[in-house]
Amino acid sequence: MPEIREKVDVCVIGAGHAGCEAALACARLGLETVIFTVSVDSIALMPCNPNVGGSSKGHLVRELDALGGEMGKNIDKTFIQSKMLNVSKGPAVHSLRAQADKAEYSRAMRKVLENQEHLVIKQSEVCELLWEWQEGEDSGRDRKKITGVKTYTGAVYECKAAILCTGTYLKARCLCGEAITYTGPNGLQAATHLSDSLREMGIQLRRFKTGTPARMDRRSLDFSRMEEQFGDERIVPFSFSTDPESIQKEQVSCWLTYTNERTHEIIRANLDRSPIYAGIIEGTGPRYCPSIEDKVVKFADKERHQVFIEPEGLHTNEMYVSGMSSSLPEDVQLAMYRTVPGLENCRIVRNAYAIEYDCINAKQLYPTLEFKAVKGLFSGGQFNGSSGYEEAACQGLVAGINAAMWILGREPLLLDRSESYIGVLIDDLVTKDNREPYRMMTSRAEYRLLLRQDNADLRLREKGYRIGLITEEQMEHLRKKESWIQQEIARLKSVRVGANETVQNFLEAHGSAPLKTAASLAELICRPELSYGILGEIDEGREAFARSVCGSKDFPAEVIEQVEIEIKYEGYIERQLRQVEQFKRMEKKKIPEDLDYDQVPSLRLEARQKLKEFRPISLGQASRISGVSPADVSVLLIYLESHK
Amino acid sequence: MEIDRNTDTIAAVATALSDSGIGIIRISGRDSIAVADSVFQTKSGRKILLDAESHTIHYGFIKDTSGEILDEVMVSVMRAPKSYTAENVAEINCHGGVLMMRKILQRVLEAGARMAEPGEFTKRAFLNGRIDLSKAEAVMDIIHSQNEFALASSVGQLRGKLSEQIKELRGEILYETAFIESALDDPEHISLEGYPEKLLGRVESLLERVNRLIQTADSGRILKEGIRTVIIGKPNAGKSSLLNVLLGEERAIVTEIAGTTRDVLEEYISLHGIGLRVTDTAGIRDTEDRIERMGVEKAREYAQKADLILYVVDASLPLDGDDVESMSLIGDHRAVILLNKSDLESVVSEEEIRKFAAEHAGGPIPDIVKTSMREGSGIEELERVIRNLFFQGEISSNGEVVITNIRHKEALQRVSKSLTLVKKSIEDGMGEDFYSIDLMDAYRELGRITGEQVEDDLVEEIFSKFCMGK
Repeated sequence: MPEIREKVDVCVIGAGHAGCEAALACARLGLETVIFTVSVDSIALMPCNPNVGGSSKGHLVRELDALGGEMGKNIDKTFIQSKMLNVSKGPAVHSLRAQADKAEYSRAMRKVLENQEHLVIKQSEVCELLWEWQEGEDSGRDRKKITGVKTYTGAVYECKAAILCTGTYLKARCLCGEAITYTGPNGLQAATHLSDSLREMGIQLRRFKTGTPARMDRRSLDFSRMEEQFGDERIVPFSFSTDPESIQKEQVSCWLTYTNERTHEIIRANLDRSPIYAGIIEGTGPRYCPSIEDKVVKFADKERHQVFIEPEGLHTNEMYVSGMSSSLPEDVQLAMYRTVPGLENCRIVRNAYAIEYDCINAKQLYPTLEFKAVKGLFSGGQFNGSSGYEEAACQGLVAGINAAMWILGREPLLLDRSESYIGVLIDDLVTKDNREPYRMMTSRAEYRLLLRQDNADLRLREKGYRIGLITEEQMEHLRKKESWIQQEIARLKSVRVGANETVQNFLEAHGSAPLKTAASLAELICRPELSYGILGEIDEGREAFARSVCGSKDFPAEVIEQVEIEIKYEGYIERQLRQVEQFKRMEKKKIPEDLDYDQVPSLRLEARQKLKEFRPISLGQASRISGVSPADVSVLLIYLESHK
Repeated sequence: MEIDRNTDTIAAVATALSDSGIGIIRISGRDSIAVADSVFQTKSGRKILLDAESHTIHYGFIKDTSGEILDEVMVSVMRAPKSYTAENVAEINCHGGVLMMRKILQRVLEAGARMAEPGEFTKRAFLNGRIDLSKAEAVMDIIHSQNEFALASSVGQLRGKLSEQIKELRGEILYETAFIESALDDPEHISLEGYPEKLLGRVESLLERVNRLIQTADSGRILKEGIRTVIIGKPNAGKSSLLNVLLGEERAIVTEIAGTTRDVLEEYISLHGIGLRVTDTAGIRDTEDRIERMGVEKAREYAQKADLILYVVDASLPLDGDDVESMSLIGDHRAVILLNKSDLESVVSEEEIRKFAAEHAGGPIPDIVKTSMREGSGIEELERVIRNLFFQGEISSNGEVVITNIRHKEALQRVSKSLTLVKKSIEDGMGEDFYSIDLMDAYRELGRITGEQVEDDLVEEIFSKFCMGK
């Protein structure tokens, strides 16, 4: 039987947020890449919330952008409202969130993919991975090696690497009360064959679930009964490459309302009809975006829960009901939504539903996102047990870059916990036994004072440049920025002001204690009530210095921001840097891939089992595996040192 | 972070088995010489160690924080890499006996050193290439046994008031941190309006409780002087052998201090950070001999004041009136009954001695351990039992919790420091996210006392206590 047979470098399976980044990264690095999707119309689909970013997720997007990913640029093109969260708190937790025009977002990303050199889009369901045994080279262990993929129609694409980005589509089923459909999100075709092929290869799968609330017809809602939520006056872009001036625009509003006791009564009365409480759903759901049923049951003493009504786009009347995801039956949903002020006469366009899907426990992966057991097979996104567009995109980018690095015979991209949220995300996924879809949170990053959204470029741009996803011009911009920051900080630390009348009057006017002896400008910036901007009044040399350094009377806002943060929080930053120094030492101690843990004496049994199961790449990673104690790590360290 | 601490500065009493009463406190690590320098000065009050050449020895004094002289010492300075650990090393040679050594060690710890883990000097020496590979396994074994021990003796696995208090403190700290974090993660659902003022009050209360615990350690006689231990039993039951076996234990730190009275020799034994001051007594038996009678009276007197009674029973002989006498000394003291000579044909069974204790001890039935001093068996079990009795770090006297373990005290001091930093952040008007950095540090340190791991506690707490998300 004649069949289609093609040869490419990389096959990316799935064109969601992970797949798009993976495919773009590979193609941009010059590799011939095919991206498979069950529907070209669903490229970069946002099947749940209509926004990008948010606390810690905003950080992820900025890091992705710094490395050369696409999501930040794409949301800058298609947002309809933007807000910096947590501005009243420390700079480390400021986080950007933008409401997206969903359809526009998807279309814009599709356009980027369609016009990307070396990238081909193919609408087809991949049903099988093709592989062969490869004799162990250095490791002595035989490993499988990917050789290609096969589609439902029988076409074969030979490839050097494949990247699984199947999101929530594998053996997906959607539940709305008693009604169950075997589809992916939004009624899209599920991928029903690939799971079996993965299992045959020895990959272990599990079931996770997630949910989404209803979409309502804007015309049926009474906004006069809700509080209006505006975007920021001054919009900050996600991408370091977007000119802030180019995106200042008219924004749309979101709306806030609340559930009440009547809502909760209806839910409680119908819990037996919820597939989760009735035990029909077997998958594990995320606790951080609980369904409204969960909230009412678990937080029974709360009298009300917030509900945000958010537009799905500029050219649709559909509104997203944030805070009320549910898998209750349609009639219960309608009754419960209609108890909420402003929603009394709501018409539901799409029902809320829960979705269940196959995914993996990512402990089967190296931090490069390559499968430990299969050379050339990578994976990213919700398939790895995460949740969220941003988490998915970041993994997609890393998986794409590392597939490319592997094919090109170059060093992999390994991001650690001290340099990025992406590093935290991946380390948590591959090192911990996660039992629910993993969402990024700022509390997961132990060095978050260093991992700010404002300095993602300073942290990661250069890595993106070395990989080849950041241009020389972008890099040059960064080098200048870096140098200006250092020069201005040095000046502020060296320029001293005396305790003269002008200065004392200035301090008094700003409610600041008078000087007893001369102080540096930097010392004054450290005072909570003062800032770089305020000090402009007495900082006589500033303009001339700026002119001599950057050719303008003021340093750019992005430079001033860094100068101010680095001076104001110097003590805290220093402390974290010292911790990072310690941390890095252990990360650098690599464990050979073929280490036989049974030969290491004095390890506790539990530790031995866990180490064999996870096969960490470094002592640092080993130390984070639950069940491996500091003493076990010491034992391992000494063993490795004595067997060099 | 805990696992790689090779750059920091550690200190411990280097165990010199000598009856001269001279002891050495060894300090190793990057800042070891600076640490020694900060507690040491010459007779004329000068600070000289920082500039001292390697392999030189200096005469002077160690002073306490109030400037009072603690001891007259010699300090030797050895700079990296020419030292035992191949790091900077300072050794304080002091001659004030065991109590003084503990005081000096305490000063050194306050000056910035950390208490060394068992085997840590050797581990560093190995990692820095000073010890050859054949010793590697021995080092691993030391660490391994420490590991097993830490798990078995952590407060978390034992009951007791200290454990309860620490858990309570941890619980409160975790709750506050989780609240802050959930608000940071979900600012639109959870507000921190007015929260810093509330937190300030709570942190002050936490701080007060932690500091009170630390003070108990400072005033704690046991931490300073060791557990007063008395060995009782009939003559020839094996009391002196027990003392000798304990002294002969390789891991025990042994020195000698003259007792308060010349006729009793006290031995000082350190079991993993807790000191035992062991007094061997004359055998208890009904006697007409005047001199021996005095000895027996003395034994009674010691037993009354003891923190711990080790009662050695000769299992090869039937119990008699002398045993009734010995048993009655126990009262409600912490005690261990050693069923000795278990290698011989035994006449007294464990069951029998338990019944006997119930009848005559006058308090709760003590733990019973089968030993053979001749074969040296049962000693590990004895150590375990003693550790369980004392090593959870508390001796409760009059219902007060008292810290007895120097490591626990060290950890609490770090907790106190972290909480003070939280307070300062609040007072300086820093963003709420800054509070959780130090709150979590405090939480982790408390966990070191109870032996609990942090892992995902925070994330768990956030989800279980606060309603998050879309």
